[in-house]
Amino acid sequence: MATQTEAYDIAVIGGGNAALCAAMTAAEAGARVLILETAPKPYRGGNSRHTRNFRCMHHGPLGPLVDAYSEDEYLSDLLKVTYGKTDEHLARLAIRTSEECLPWMEERGVRFQPSLSGTLSLARTNAFFMGGGKSLVNAYYRTVAGLGVDALYEAAVTHLELNGDQIEWVDYTYEGQSHRITPKAVIVASGGFQADTDWLTRAWGEPAKNFLIRGTPYNRGVVLADLLDQGVESVGDPTQCHAVAIDGRAPKFDGGIVTRLDCVPFSIVVNKNAERFYDEGEDVWPKRYAIWGRLVAAQADQVGFVIIDAKSLNLFMPSVFPPLKADTLEELAAKMSLPADKLTATVAEFNAACGDTSGFHPTELDGVATSGLTPPKTNWARPITEPPFYGYSLRTGVTFTYLGLKVDDTAQCSTPNGKIKNLWAAGETMAGSILGQGYLAGFGMTIGTVFGRIAGREAATYAN
Amino acid sequence: MQTELIQEARRQAEICNACRYCEGYCSVFPSLHAERAFSDGNITQLANLCHNCRGCYYACQYTAPHEFDLNLPKALAEVRRDSWESFAWPQPLARRFHTQGGVIALALVIGFALLFWAIRAIGSSGGEGFYAVLSHNAMVAIFAPAFLLPLFSIAISLRRYWAEVGGKPIQISDLTTAFKRAGKMQDLAAGHGEGCNFEDEDRFSQGRRHIHHAIMYGFLLCFASTSVATVMHYGFGLHAPYSFWSLPKLFGISGGILLTLGCGAMVLLKRKSDRNLGDPSAWGGDIAFILLLGFVGFSGLVLYALGSTTLMPQLLAIHLGSVLAFFLLTPYTKMAHGFYRLAALVRDAQRKRGS
Ligand SMILES: Cc1cc2nc3c(=O)[nH]c(=O)nc-3n(C[C@H](O)[C@H](O)[C@H](O)COP(=O)(O)OP(=O)(O)OC[C@H]3O[C@@H](n4cnc5c(N)ncnc54)[C@H](O)[C@@H]3O)c2cc1C
Ligand code: SF4
Ligand code: SF4
Repeated sequence: MATQTEAYDIAVIGGGNAALCAAMTAAEAGARVLILETAPKPYRGGNSRHTRNFRCMHHGPLGPLVDAYSEDEYLSDLLKVTYGKTDEHLARLAIRTSEECLPWMEERGVRFQPSLSGTLSLARTNAFFMGGGKSLVNAYYRTVAGLGVDALYEAAVTHLELNGDQIEWVDYTYEGQSHRITPKAVIVASGGFQADTDWLTRAWGEPAKNFLIRGTPYNRGVVLADLLDQGVESVGDPTQCHAVAIDGRAPKFDGGIVTRLDCVPFSIVVNKNAERFYDEGEDVWPKRYAIWGRLVAAQADQVGFVIIDAKSLNLFMPSVFPPLKADTLEELAAKMSLPADKLTATVAEFNAACGDTSGFHPTELDGVATSGLTPPKTNWARPITEPPFYGYSLRTGVTFTYLGLKVDDTAQCSTPNGKIKNLWAAGETMAGSILGQGYLAGFGMTIGTVFGRIAGREAATYAN
Repeated sequence: MQTELIQEARRQAEICNACRYCEGYCSVFPSLHAERAFSDGNITQLANLCHNCRGCYYACQYTAPHEFDLNLPKALAEVRRDSWESFAWPQPLARRFHTQGGVIALALVIGFALLFWAIRAIGSSGGEGFYAVLSHNAMVAIFAPAFLLPLFSIAISLRRYWAEVGGKPIQISDLTTAFKRAGKMQDLAAGHGEGCNFEDEDRFSQGRRHIHHAIMYGFLLCFASTSVATVMHYGFGLHAPYSFWSLPKLFGISGGILLTLGCGAMVLLKRKSDRNLGDPSAWGGDIAFILLLGFVGFSGLVLYALGSTTLMPQLLAIHLGSVLAFFLLTPYTKMAHGFYRLAALVRDAQRKRGS
């Protein structure tokens, strides 16, 4: 085992947003910091490099954000999606601190877009990164380098040795060799465990083998498992995660944002037996996007099939893979390996249940609904009649898992015997402390930024 | 045009259209997002809107080793060069110069040789200053066609471009919008005004924009110098040589300095930048062209400095030879990009006002 000659005050495990925020804060406070990132340089930044925006409270116009977005409104949005499963104290801390984060981020090189074309409804609540999350990650790596922080790529942490109330050492592999360092403090920011299919399968059962992972293949929960095994306190339910329905042809890992499909509200969605199973028109898409991951996961083989006709093709964001296309429903069924007679029957039954469609309005709840159909389609219900017909397959795409490390409002970890005096956690790896279930767009980056900064500050204070 | 290049750019544009993270960087993305399916003309237009600032490459989550293998700056650079080659007139000349620096050097040598030959064969017929070496009429006889022919050629190319990208009748406002954008090189500043990623991976810097400005304004000043001198000659009977405090000299000297420094700096910058984010096959041709342009400026300055010595006739032949080569090559080298870029900006202005 090689020993690192350099003495570091703080080891930061992970190389995404939460890790970088922690490293910058600690280094600015004068600590000697080492970042250990398991991914190679082109994949540095984990899930953070796939992000697009950050949800931010503000009293008045702030940077790219218009109007105001109060603490209470933010919290009520969070309570709606989590059905109250949140730690209100930590949630308020994250929300309240988000406001000072935006200028802090700008000072460290993050650039925001002026309000965006297609997503005006978010211009008040979410600040969009110019160029997306990878440009944010790039800016932060430049900033940490300027602060004298060392960052090692392809440095995989394998073990933290917990002895009583402190971490004694950190083991990692780098360039084919094992290394051991003994920093004064450790910050864990290595994400969830969603990229470890075996772990997902243990938590979810067999269906999880068919899940696709939207983000980095490197968040395998190695450090999380290591700490849980040593009795570090955890939160969250292993079956809870953020999962959406994405294009079934997406890569197993790292497909990122482009594999999303926005066509569901204008479609019918069937399972492999060509049966409908849920109201496709329940609400506007951003609100309903997340529930379809679970709906599809509950179907046979964890697949779904979206069927639309020619008049709907241009109503949603372009998809990365072109839809399957056919002149008749029978032909489309053949292309999608669906039972043709059953599909035509399902469509006929749906079409017959559609009523007056003159009030159709694609961007708002229009109340154009089916009657006498189960499950109903309560908005945007127009008969599927106009060839060519188009189809997409759907599969469950996992964003991140919620089982994680329990932290307090100083981001510190603990065992049942009390606080671990030199261990802090930030980002997805502790997000379950706040997000019991559900997800609020842009909240992942808020949690990572807020708790990354807290962890960096606390660890530096401890180490100095 | 080469269908595989267009096809590859189309594949990448479709991924960007589903992603849209780079929306704020430059005018390529809003133009891209306006389409759902991309015709060859759409792709050609996008390619000519792109400045190769590389902002989108470093921000991209899908660059190699990711299986989507995005490298939009490169894909667009290849389509761009290919579009210039296929629109160029006369066609057989076009495919040589973008990719072969050696041909540009050869053209330069031929330019020198022609001028030396002209000086010996045609001579001065009793003028003064430079005209003591080569008469004013002879210079006009050589340079008027050398200037007008390339313009004619470029006009034909631009018409072809305009037809390909579906251009509409041009309004004054389209032109003013386009000239304003080009004058500031707005897109080279990235959406947030901090420059591009040309110099040092993902660091934003204004280096390329400033250098490019030096070259463009240096060139325009030199051009203005010649134009003013022409007006003075024909309009007011004021003949060369002019004194230091005359417009042709002030424009010419400042322009020559900007051009020389700008081209030198551009070559250094290009050597530092990652070739694989541009069109690697055009690298040699581009460098040769920049060196030629810089040499035009530099030889002009040397001629000014040593114009009263006995070296003058040789220096004059060398300077004018390089100018000749430069003019004649304009439609077939990187110089053409200025014209296409403007055309693309005009077309983009039309798109924005909804036509
Ligand atoms: C497609 C997609 C889009 C998203 N969009 C948004 C959005 O717009 N806004 C938003 O707020 N959230 C978004 N999210 C969620 C968001 O990505 C996360 O909440 C946030 O980025 C988490 O940051 P993090 O630093 O905790 O984790 P990550 O950014 O995933 O970083 C974890 C890091 O740990 C490293 N690592 C893992 N194991 C080890 C180990 N053993 N040793 C060393 N290093 C290790 C990884 O390589 C990685 O660098 C999105 C997620 C996805 C997948
Ligand atoms: S270059 Fe990459 S990040 Fe930018 S829009 Fe295209 S796919 Fe998205
Ligand atoms: S390289 Fe620069 S100019 Fe070209 S498309 Fe990308 S961001 Fe736009």
